[in-house]
Amino acid sequence: MSRVNDHAEPADTEGGRVAGASAEFDPVEAGGASAGAGAAGSDAVGTGARASETRAGTGAAAGAAPAPAARPPHGSRPAHAPASGPGNVAAAEAAPAGGVREGSVAAPARQGGGSTGRPPGKEARGRRSGRARVRRGASGASPLVSGGWTPWLYLAPALVVLGGLLVYPIYQLGLISFFQYTQAQVSGGEPTTFEGFGNYAELFGDPQFWQVLLATVLFATACVVSTLAVGCALAVLLTRVRALPRLALMLAALGAWATPAVTGSTVWLFLFDPDFGPVNRMLGLGDHSWTYGRLSAFFLVLLEVVWCSFPFVMVTVYAGIRAVPGEVLEAASLDGASQWRIWRSVLAPMLRPILVVVTIQSIIWDFKVFTQIYVMTNGGGIAGQNLVLNVYAYQQAFASSQYGLGSAIGVVMLLILLAVTLVYLRLLRRQGEEL
Amino acid sequence: MNPLRARVRRPGRLAAEASALLIAVVVAFPLYWMVLSAFKPAGEIESSEPRPWTLAPSLDSFRHVFGQQEFGRYFLNSLLVAGCVVIASALIAFLAATAVTRFRFRLRTTLLIMFLVAQMVPVEALTIPLFFLMRDAGQLNTLGSLILPHIAFSLPFAIWMLRGFVKAVPEALEEAAYIDGASRARFLWQILFPLVLPGLVATSVFSFISAWNDFLFAKSFIISDTSQSTLPMALLVFYKPDDPDWGGVMAASTVMTIPVLVFFVLVQRRLVSGLGGAVKD
Repeated sequence: MSRVNDHAEPADTEGGRVAGASAEFDPVEAGGASAGAGAAGSDAVGTGARASETRAGTGAAAGAAPAPAARPPHGSRPAHAPASGPGNVAAAEAAPAGGVREGSVAAPARQGGGSTGRPPGKEARGRRSGRARVRRGASGASPLVSGGWTPWLYLAPALVVLGGLLVYPIYQLGLISFFQYTQAQVSGGEPTTFEGFGNYAELFGDPQFWQVLLATVLFATACVVSTLAVGCALAVLLTRVRALPRLALMLAALGAWATPAVTGSTVWLFLFDPDFGPVNRMLGLGDHSWTYGRLSAFFLVLLEVVWCSFPFVMVTVYAGIRAVPGEVLEAASLDGASQWRIWRSVLAPMLRPILVVVTIQSIIWDFKVFTQIYVMTNGGGIAGQNLVLNVYAYQQAFASSQYGLGSAIGVVMLLILLAVTLVYLRLLRRQGEEL
Repeated sequence: MNPLRARVRRPGRLAAEASALLIAVVVAFPLYWMVLSAFKPAGEIESSEPRPWTLAPSLDSFRHVFGQQEFGRYFLNSLLVAGCVVIASALIAFLAATAVTRFRFRLRTTLLIMFLVAQMVPVEALTIPLFFLMRDAGQLNTLGSLILPHIAFSLPFAIWMLRGFVKAVPEALEEAAYIDGASRARFLWQILFPLVLPGLVATSVFSFISAWNDFLFAKSFIISDTSQSTLPMALLVFYKPDDPDWGGVMAASTVMTIPVLVFFVLVQRRLVSGLGGAVKD
């Protein structure tokens, strides 16, 4: 019995519920699910969702029994799916999509539940029986096979591309940062000279670098905090409303999510335009320029960044909340916990793995903001007042032809993000993640 | 139903729904304003009393945009870049994800951690070495200089996300295929590939977006040959900081946003499930 299976399995009932959750806000779903004549997998997932919703509604008297029953017997799902062929999207889709949720979004609920010791007895019993069932079912399945050279054959294209266009450039970046590398060296007029830590010394001696670094850290922090606050608040709000408002909010968020950074930046600039923008008219600000002051320019960029990045947080956290077993929340509310208390003491610990992921992702994205700053403040603002590290490196390298200096800034950025990544990996490991 | 919801009393829920709708309007407003401004006649855009509607929609801005600067060509360039990136990275990531989920081999965990770390690498910091790499390879000013790096940068996330989809295909199926005499290659392309295809589509959204939105590489690598420009650069032609042609900018923005929106709406359900797979698995 492979540990992988064991890990992914017990959450199958929640898996069904998440599938149902996403189906509710999906306009395409209704057509898609009914379209396939051979959509056995899709049907099963749907039944699972309904079964678990009923279970939550009726006070969990039936325990987890309906959900496993709704699951097709081992092998029936795959038997249908390939027969339907790639043309039948509904059938083919049901198997992987449902399956992924089982092991993914649903799993943290189980883990968190275990660590807080909250889940009531019924839930635990259902889970145990689920696991036992799997042991029986999976005893015939093989563990991961060791395929000799085959995995390396499959990996070869990826490793070649990543080696040539990711690892090698990183090495080059480090190398260039130790050289005197300006326009003269690029055009071949002068030989490149090794400078040791000269570029770094110059960088660290420059007060502007420290100012930019500080601005980057503060700006990224503000973006991360605002994005998480807005995303989580709206995710909770989504669980409180009926289908129509939820659909509206989801669609609006997807629209913001899909908007390219360049167009998002120009649109927000236009909204806040001193002469023709609607915002100044609405607020009665006359021809106040938002991009003139340092803070207000940063604030405007922050608004745009939050607008385009909160949907990721909202959708992910919402899926996570829907995956929390209903019994747990019900037990908490029966015990008289307030909504805030439920969020703080039940949901937040259970959602911790998901919150860690969205936090780290946000840090990484917001630390690297380039397009928005570049477009909205026209390359770093008046006299470089709105520079962040990324734009600063770009300006040093491509505008001032100080490639060595630009690379040194790049290395600093790389190291900072590497540190964040290491923290992330540690957190993942502490949660007992399995790769 | 969800007890979280069931517990909320009626006035509370109405308030929640009203605020949800209000927030939806606020969130959608920038996009609405973009499309609206693209259709406004020139006089109304540059008016000091902007109105949230127009009584005389016109296509002048779009005509202006497409009549200038070979905008159609830039659109095709962008489409070509994004298309190549999507197809190449999907195929490569599919193979790699299969390797790390279906096989057990030395360095497997190390590789997975490497893929995770690779997602964190600030692409922007690598612009400088990539610039020299492309120059030495004679790829500057070609679309190849945009396609290649984007394949590389979208791979780690794609592999990470696809793992969940590949893992979801039961191992019994693989065994059955081999017992029936299928070769590894046959199983890979005729059984696993169609089953993972929905996941591939969801994954593609991210490579599509990163390639379609790319601004930095286009700005850095396409320096002199404007016929190889892509949409983000073309859009900024209309945006001059001192005197922006807002009608043109908004029309170009609309043209640039719509393909992504369509892609997003088509795959949004798989997107959410796929994110689950990438986020936690």
